[in-house]
Amino acid sequence: MRSLFDWLDGRTGYRKIAHEALYENVPGGARWRYVWGSTLTFTLAVQFITGIFLWMAYNPSSQTAWESVYYIQYEMTGGWLLRGIHHFTAQVMNILLVLHLMQVIIDGAYKAPREVNFWFGVGLLLLVLGLSLTGYLLPWDQKGYWATKVATNIMAITPVIGPALQKIVIGGADYGHHTLSRFFALHAGVLPGLIILLLIVHIYLFRRHGLTARQPIRRRDAPFWPDQVLKDAVACLAVLAVVLFLVVWPRLKGMSGGADLGAPADPSEPYGAARPEWYFLFLFQFLKYFPGGTEIWGAIIIPSIVMLILVLMPIFGNWRLGHRFNIGFICALLIGVALLTCLAISDDRKQPAYTAAVKAAHRDAERIKVLAKANGIPVAGAATLLREDPYSQGPRIFARNCASCHRYDGHDGLGLVTTNAPRAPDLKGFASREWIAGLLDPAKISSSNYFGGTKFADGKMTKWVKKNIPKTSPEQLRQIVAALSAEAQLNSQRDVDTREAPLIASGRDLITGSDINCTECHAFRKPDEDASAPDLTAYGSRPWMIDFINNPAHARFYGRRNDRMPAFGAEKMLDAKSIEMVVDWLRGDWFEPGPASNLARSNAP
Amino acid sequence: MSNSTTQHYTPPQRRGFLKRFAAGVIGAVVGIVPLLSGIAVLFDPLRRKAVQGEPVFVAPLGAIPEDGTPRKFSIVASRTDAWNRSPQTPIGAVYLRRTGPKTVSAFNVVCPHAGCFVEFMAARNGYFCPCHDSTFALDGKISTPRSPSPRPLDALDVEIRKDKEVWVRFQNFRAGVHEKVPA
Repeated sequence: MRSLFDWLDGRTGYRKIAHEALYENVPGGARWRYVWGSTLTFTLAVQFITGIFLWMAYNPSSQTAWESVYYIQYEMTGGWLLRGIHHFTAQVMNILLVLHLMQVIIDGAYKAPREVNFWFGVGLLLLVLGLSLTGYLLPWDQKGYWATKVATNIMAITPVIGPALQKIVIGGADYGHHTLSRFFALHAGVLPGLIILLLIVHIYLFRRHGLTARQPIRRRDAPFWPDQVLKDAVACLAVLAVVLFLVVWPRLKGMSGGADLGAPADPSEPYGAARPEWYFLFLFQFLKYFPGGTEIWGAIIIPSIVMLILVLMPIFGNWRLGHRFNIGFICALLIGVALLTCLAISDDRKQPAYTAAVKAAHRDAERIKVLAKANGIPVAGAATLLREDPYSQGPRIFARNCASCHRYDGHDGLGLVTTNAPRAPDLKGFASREWIAGLLDPAKISSSNYFGGTKFADGKMTKWVKKNIPKTSPEQLRQIVAALSAEAQLNSQRDVDTREAPLIASGRDLITGSDINCTECHAFRKPDEDASAPDLTAYGSRPWMIDFINNPAHARFYGRRNDRMPAFGAEKMLDAKSIEMVVDWLRGDWFEPGPASNLARSNAP
Repeated sequence: MSNSTTQHYTPPQRRGFLKRFAAGVIGAVVGIVPLLSGIAVLFDPLRRKAVQGEPVFVAPLGAIPEDGTPRKFSIVASRTDAWNRSPQTPIGAVYLRRTGPKTVSAFNVVCPHAGCFVEFMAARNGYFCPCHDSTFALDGKISTPRSPSPRPLDALDVEIRKDKEVWVRFQNFRAGVHEKVPA
């Protein structure tokens, strides 16, 4: 065995290299404050290892990027852990970069003869930020897509070369396959390659000049191995523990764990929750202070000046007060960054629209998981699943087209509560027993939840309810409500409707009977040419609602008495598919996974 | 390393053993955790098994030549490819050949030697693999002793439904072995 190592040493000289690496002198002995560089090297190694394994499962194209990440995250063994480690190590790395930079500046480790090494360090800092930026896009979810779009559009405001640069980076005039291919090549090839090169020089120069000891030196010098190595290893272990905690903790609380995966990118779907990663939030906030036409100051000129000062620090350091200036500058910069980050977060917290957008984004992210898991993903991509899903699209269509007058449980469908008074009924649970009971309640019918905002607030129906309902027995009212609601054939009431068939039958008799006589104005279960109010036959059923939204002013519904509701279908304001989806959503009719619909854990055949 | 460092060099001492041991162990642990999470994902395919498909409709009986000449047909079935589930895509092909008025034989087109696509050659009245020259007779048996294929062409289960529909239970088998083992 010994002779084998001798043989190898004779041909490689590895013992000398290992000796030099391990027994580098640490002036004043091992100290905790020297661990930052090693932890950074460690995080970089973690990113290389996890990144290469992720590479084996990732697929960069606009129909497969999100899909492959979904597969890694939710289908592959340990995929969530692998991706989680990669994601959170990237976050921790940014913090470690700042700590390392602080230590170097405070300890004056940038001063002669270490200027060049400092510049290599700044280069590495920028390259790592580049990795963060490119990596954010790769999952191709809404968050990464819109945030990176902002970043590349900012790039385009660079004078002269901006627009061309943007096209080159995104691989065309618009985002698509080549954007992903290029970002992936940058993220997994160019940037890591450059980092390795710079890091070799960085470490070589560091070894050449030796460690910059914190003065005064009180203890004896010691070799790097084992004291400093042990401290470095413990620090790396702490870093790993933090990362694993961030990855595993949500899973222990029953969530999916690991890194987030939003809904798949969809250029046709607005995304109000678009924000950069937290470590770029300060830049995002900074941009808000530059009015139109002056963004270049916030996005390019001022950041460039800051970078320039950073690069010139070793030169300033030679001046009399230079070192103090440098420390003051970096502290001021970090305080400014922290302040802007806090401002960005508190601004967002105050915005109900942003909070609603985050909620909607979360809802979509959860929903697409259900759809993809149950039915697999079509070749056209996962975004198509959401586009055809009433649960996802219904509230959006409602918010865009209906919520200017109607409400859904008091909000616009997406959770945003507007201050202006509703001008039409609240449609949550439309045609359900509860909803109809409210409509037929003298205390509620002219409230803003029903006819309060419409011209029917003191119309015939309201007057009739106020006059006649108090004279109706609760039992009779219950029968009428059940009978009318049964017309809707709601999924949620299927069981109770079947169970209470006799009750419904007597309700139907009441509706047409001479006491209550709804059919004096309405048609019910048989054609009635003299009907002057909306048809109660199949009231609230899918076809009834589709026809109603198509044209509420049709003779079968409100006719000429129609209030302000537009004929969404007849006027081509909404296509048939959208009307169907909003109807299905209002009726609570959407895909729910059954127990037997798990994606087969196999690749057939 | 600068020259000055050698002056300060102090050899490691024996009582440093614990430190060295701890440094080594912790170093190994922090390295192995990300590696293991990656290896779990790398080996994920081992958990996935090929499903033995249900019989699929391949062709009407009338489409197969009555003189016993084999004809190639695509197998169209739903397919799960990682995250994609595609309804009705070609997943392979078979040679169908009449062995009687109402009986049909089916062979997977894949050569049992190394998995190339075997061609039917009318001139030789048999199947010929373009890769390593395996040759098979019409009944799928190896036709020359020098044929490198370890076994005959893989026959598949055939069903004739309603007297006119040919249904095949499509399956792939492991290449390069004597036994017919499902892949």
